[in-house]
Amino acid sequence: MTTGLLTFIVLILIAIAIWQLTKIFDLSQAKADNTQVANDKDNNINGYLMMGFLMFIYVITIISFWKWGDLPLIGNSASEHGTSVDTLMVISMVLIFFVQTVTQALLHYFAFKYRGKKGRKALYYADNDKLEFIWTIIPVITLAGLILYGLFTWNEIMDVNMDDDPIVVELYAQQFNWKARYAGEDNVLGKANVRLIDLGDNPNILGLDREDKYAQDDVITQELRLPVGRKVVFKMRSQDVLHSAYMPHFRMQMNCVPGQTTEFAMTPTKTTAEMRETPKIVNKVSRINSIRAAKSKELAAKGEEALEPYEFDFLLLCNKICGESHYNMQMKVIVESQEDFDKWIAAQETFGKKK
Amino acid sequence: MSAEALHAKDHGHDHGHDHGHHHKETFITKYIFSQDHKMIAKQYLITGTIMGVIGVMMSIFFRMQIAWPKESFTIFEIFLGNWAPDGVLSADKYLALVTIHGTIMVFFVLTAGLSGTFSNLLIPLQIGARDMASGFLNMVSYWLFFISSVIMVLSLFVEGGAASAGWTIYPPLSALPEAIPGSGLGMTLWLVSMAIFIASSLLGSLNYIVTVINLRTKGMSMTRLPLTIWAFFVTAIIGVVSFPVLLSAALLLIFDRSFGTSFYLSDIFIQGEVLHYQGGSPVLFEHLFWFLGHPEVYIVLLPALGITSEIIATNSRKPIFGYRAMVASILAIAFLSTIVWGHHMFISGMNPFLGSVFTFTTLLIAIPSAVKAFNYITTLWKGNLQLNPAMLFSIGLVSTFITGGLTGIILGDSTLDINVHDTYFVVAHFHLVMGISALYGMFAGIYHWFPRMFGRMMNKNLGYIHFWVTAVCAYGVFFPMHFIGMAGLPRRYYTNSEFPLFDDLADVNVVITMFAIIGGIFQLVFLYNFFSSMFYGKKAPQNPWKSNTLEWTAPVEHMHGNWPGEIPHVHRWAYDYSKPGHDDDFVPQNVPMKEGEEELHH
Repeated sequence: MTTGLLTFIVLILIAIAIWQLTKIFDLSQAKADNTQVANDKDNNINGYLMMGFLMFIYVITIISFWKWGDLPLIGNSASEHGTSVDTLMVISMVLIFFVQTVTQALLHYFAFKYRGKKGRKALYYADNDKLEFIWTIIPVITLAGLILYGLFTWNEIMDVNMDDDPIVVELYAQQFNWKARYAGEDNVLGKANVRLIDLGDNPNILGLDREDKYAQDDVITQELRLPVGRKVVFKMRSQDVLHSAYMPHFRMQMNCVPGQTTEFAMTPTKTTAEMRETPKIVNKVSRINSIRAAKSKELAAKGEEALEPYEFDFLLLCNKICGESHYNMQMKVIVESQEDFDKWIAAQETFGKKK
Repeated sequence: MSAEALHAKDHGHDHGHDHGHHHKETFITKYIFSQDHKMIAKQYLITGTIMGVIGVMMSIFFRMQIAWPKESFTIFEIFLGNWAPDGVLSADKYLALVTIHGTIMVFFVLTAGLSGTFSNLLIPLQIGARDMASGFLNMVSYWLFFISSVIMVLSLFVEGGAASAGWTIYPPLSALPEAIPGSGLGMTLWLVSMAIFIASSLLGSLNYIVTVINLRTKGMSMTRLPLTIWAFFVTAIIGVVSFPVLLSAALLLIFDRSFGTSFYLSDIFIQGEVLHYQGGSPVLFEHLFWFLGHPEVYIVLLPALGITSEIIATNSRKPIFGYRAMVASILAIAFLSTIVWGHHMFISGMNPFLGSVFTFTTLLIAIPSAVKAFNYITTLWKGNLQLNPAMLFSIGLVSTFITGGLTGIILGDSTLDINVHDTYFVVAHFHLVMGISALYGMFAGIYHWFPRMFGRMMNKNLGYIHFWVTAVCAYGVFFPMHFIGMAGLPRRYYTNSEFPLFDDLADVNVVITMFAIIGGIFQLVFLYNFFSSMFYGKKAPQNPWKSNTLEWTAPVEHMHGNWPGEIPHVHRWAYDYSKPGHDDDFVPQNVPMKEGEEELHH
């Protein structure tokens, strides 16, 4: 609160100072021309400021990269398709920053170089078909390349099929939490509909059809565990509003739509333990933990409970506005070896047994 | 059509008569229910500015919540009342602020405030017409806009709070009051307000189209139109094509909400109960919404680009480079803008094949956009740049248009969109490319045509301060925002403190908020300059910027009909700046060609 108030007061003071400055600026110019149209002096000052602004753009770019540019979601993906997504991302980013650097330089440099001067006459230069053709065709070719690469990757990612013996998992969204349902031995999810939901003594929270034989071996869990190296076919369902199943580390996202089942398939390539060892994550975790330690000290001084140190875990987040607690709709995702996974799933109670 | 008859008469025998003063004007007909396009433009501008103040204040409030989550602020207690018990903003009202900020800025400020103001002011003046084709419909259009603004503002005060489902109001969240309190009366008022807004926009757009087609003065062929008019004209066409679709989307949503139909809803279990809805699909709503929603981006942006084309040419003292390519780009952007809406829905559950198609069309739209950017830069080359505040904002627009547009290459690519969809990367992208760019266009227009509207000059030094602080703050807010988006931070989160994963982004969020607060406060410099110059500004000469277009040939006084005598005829295009063979570095459109003078631009 105090920081907020202080900042506010400082800002108001700055505003007043600048207001006073312009008054002085105005007064000093009172004798000179007062047409309120830019004169040579204005052109000069603002021309130099244009170059200053170009520098500002470059500096803020460099600072952003330096301070926040570990780009946690480029490289270091934990899924098979993630690597090709990351490659395309890197290509696009390099291209973007190249074009950005050059065009901003031209724009601001021209604004500086050709700042107005009394008596100078501009060049009457209305068009040039060759030039315009060149800068139409260059974007055409570059974009064609990007489009092709993008489309191939997209089609590969979105081709959800049952090849390669995947496991089938339902992600079930509700305000404001996630449930997972494993298809069990038969690898087929039992039929379900929200009309069958029963929250009574013998609960049926996901609305499974009790008569359906495929439903009997389904397993409903509060956390998502996946075996490493095995393809997973996710089927998403929502019981109330739109949600979006977002697992950034796997480069995966799909909306959960009430009344419809949506799909996404991916193959995790790193276990949680392996991911924790990667240099990027090690760095990130240590940075976060030093922030948390500092905050804990502050809290301790106020006599409040300290924060727990952070340990990396894969996450499933909701990424489509879904109501009041949208900001805290998450589920832990654990990727482990096939053996560990088998052990874990065997220990879970199946839907049929619960009856 | 009466205006056409009036127009015909002008060419016939109406010499030197101010025919607008047949009857005495009262305060009401002059300032309130005015049918004069210049007054209506001012009404749009003032209303849009007031809505803008509300919208920007909201953004500062929710930025404060993001930077200092769950802190108590006195300023919240004062302005937000029971939305912030004890000065701490509540989670669902955070979403209400975000929603209404988006709605107000997109529709009320950047559609009505920008396009409404400058289409109204400039179309008749720049094409050489006495007024819009229908002054009456024009008046109705403004008053519908006014009513819809009032309803939108009133919706902030109803029980349950204002609409809170995001400005895209996706059902079921927007359809079910059980899902969020703002989807009660607040959402009903939102829908009513938008329905009226759409009616207003359609009346305005039809008027603009008819006026441009029918009421051009003698010699004003389509290829001699200033680029401002091309932009307004094409914008109006996109509006007429796409706004009705939003109206039908809103109507079906009203049916679902109030009359129990199931257009968008199916299989819903909420708060312990199954609802009766069966067979609808929220994806249908998304299609209908974005069929307007995406063209809307260009409805916002094209007028800004038109305005800057004019201002950059005038202040460079050079013809706009590649006039025909600029017109072709406007047309191409307009056409493509209606077939790219699906890029908002790559991961909505629609057929992935559609995703491929929309990726293709979306990346195509980068081409005319790139042509425009290059043409602007070439227009500056070897110019004699008069760096007036309007010119600075125009250059600023080109800068943010490039920065924001480039990241569109990432978002428009379905593969890459998977991981940045609905993160702060998107927020940064569209704020730069349409929010800030269009705002710059609006500021540029205001600084440039203020003398035309009020007969006085705005203070240039205040204008310079306004520009430089705004420019630095806009980048300061939105540039780092890309990076927190790439770190996976989702938008529309009340606080990021529930995820230790995002702890290292807290400091960036503070930086962003600081820039936002400073930038927001400095808009007061503009407001002060605007309102004080209206009354105390230096008296402006008739053509302060030495511009070619027709609006500067008409005297600035309250007069219906624009020109006291005959309407000027047009003999050349609008961009004969620094043309060899002329003494002045500008040749207004109504100056006849000299003997043997060539039209050099073809």
